[in-house]
Amino acid sequence: MTSTSLDVERIRKDFPVLSRELPGGRPLVYLDSGNSSQKPTAVVETVREHLAMHYSNVGRAMHALGAESTEAYESARDKVAEFIGAPSRDEVIFTKNASEALNLVAYSFGNPGNTDPRFTLGPGDEVVISEMEHHSNIVPWQFLVQRTGATLKWFGVTDDGRLDIADISGLITERTKIVSIAHQSNVLGTINPVADVLRRAREVGALVMLDASQSVPHHAVDMAALGADFVAFTGHKMVGPSGIGVLWGRAELLDAMPPFMGGGEMIEAVWMDHSTYAPVPHKFEAGTPPIVEAIGLGAAVDYLTGVGMEAIEAHERGLTAYALDALREVPTLRLIGPDSLDQRGATLSFTLDGIHPHDVGQLLDDEFGIAVRVGHHCARPLHLRFGIPATTRASFYLYNTTDEIDALVRGLHHVQKVFA
Amino acid sequence: MIGESMYQELILEHYKHPQGRGLRDPYDAEVHHVNPTCGDEITLRVKLGDAGKIEDVSYDGQGCSISQAAASVLHELTTGSTVEETLSVVDEFTRLMQGRGKVEADEDVLGDAVAFAGVAKFPARVKCALLSWMAYKDAVVRSAAR
Repeated sequence: MTSTSLDVERIRKDFPVLSRELPGGRPLVYLDSGNSSQKPTAVVETVREHLAMHYSNVGRAMHALGAESTEAYESARDKVAEFIGAPSRDEVIFTKNASEALNLVAYSFGNPGNTDPRFTLGPGDEVVISEMEHHSNIVPWQFLVQRTGATLKWFGVTDDGRLDIADISGLITERTKIVSIAHQSNVLGTINPVADVLRRAREVGALVMLDASQSVPHHAVDMAALGADFVAFTGHKMVGPSGIGVLWGRAELLDAMPPFMGGGEMIEAVWMDHSTYAPVPHKFEAGTPPIVEAIGLGAAVDYLTGVGMEAIEAHERGLTAYALDALREVPTLRLIGPDSLDQRGATLSFTLDGIHPHDVGQLLDDEFGIAVRVGHHCARPLHLRFGIPATTRASFYLYNTTDEIDALVRGLHHVQKVFA
Repeated sequence: MIGESMYQELILEHYKHPQGRGLRDPYDAEVHHVNPTCGDEITLRVKLGDAGKIEDVSYDGQGCSISQAAASVLHELTTGSTVEETLSVVDEFTRLMQGRGKVEADEDVLGDAVAFAGVAKFPARVKCALLSWMAYKDAVVRSAAR
């Protein structure tokens, strides 16, 4: 049931916060969904209803509420699996966020407890990331190479904000064990050429992980079609609650990986001196999981599916085209990222001559109620590459309108007047 | 609105025309401070003169108008004063910034720095205003230790 057009005024009514006023009578103009998205009533009510009427622990409570909670939690896994086209529901691991999913996979390599050759790592082996990564797809790999003596390498970024794959064969070699890159950049909006990276990785037998935190919320992403080995994303950027993320991985790889955290529910049997572990997905879900958050994520994917991912993608594409044109009219504005619609999402980062992004963000918020993100957006190396300390970032979602982009442009003109 | 009161004319003036900017020799101590949440940074040098006086405070850095203007005002208020006098200004400025907008500023002590009173209402920006002042305090301690 996918529609291809979207009635944004009707959508906006699904998100209560969008009709609130900020102190001083400012209407809210929320252009920070790349940071975290707002939540529709359907998600809020699902979470409330579960907490109020069905809540108990999952997997281990032998009573009616335990059964209801377990059923709701596991059916959220079914929903997510279907939403991303996972070949098996057991390949969907609930984590607390995308960062945990990335750390989990990084932990699996060079681990003394894991002798599977796909996951051994030591001096001479290489891990490849890129210069446009979020810190969550950099730091776990730094930990890994520090722990194992392997070498960290990375793709550069071109001046127009694309992954520089000119020397892909020199970068991804027989020594590469895993390549982990963003599916879509959280700063540039760039959608990366996954097929090219996969082709080269397969030639040399390297695994491929995608940080899909910025892609899964915005367009249909199908695990089988994508062809990667691991994919991480997070619930709060896709109209779901915070505190719930997803690691999707190929079953045969997940089976070959060591557990990440030890605790309740991840075990099969425990003795005083050793343990055996539950099969996936529970092997990776130690302790009481984020129960209502997962159930809320299930409601979120139901909501997104109801609207239609194709309709959402088309709507955002329209907004991006409109914003690219509108921002070109702002004097001294320098867009950091692709200035065409080709292979890019609805995230636009930019600088203004002589005005620091923190000042831009402060004035947009205080004067116009416009929420943007300012700073390095957890992608400091990318900003260093462009020779700038920070950017202002507007990121759009299904509930944004061209009127809000007009408000942003008016706001930027005002900021320039204050600092003239 | 609130933002307007934070961006006092005096702050904007110091931002557009920073006083004493640029690193100079000689110096007794140099420090580098960063604000990891926003990436603002400052390198600051202190040169002590005769009779416990601050001969020069020179600095270079990058950041928002608040952090850069604060460094410029700091330069004006400290250069030519005694170490003791400047440290009491630092203390008063710190008290004002950490007062969540509820502290009455002592204008006699702070001079132009009272323009930053509005910043205290924005917890996220207090660190911007304090960056250079904390760097200065650090540099003075280090130069005195030499």
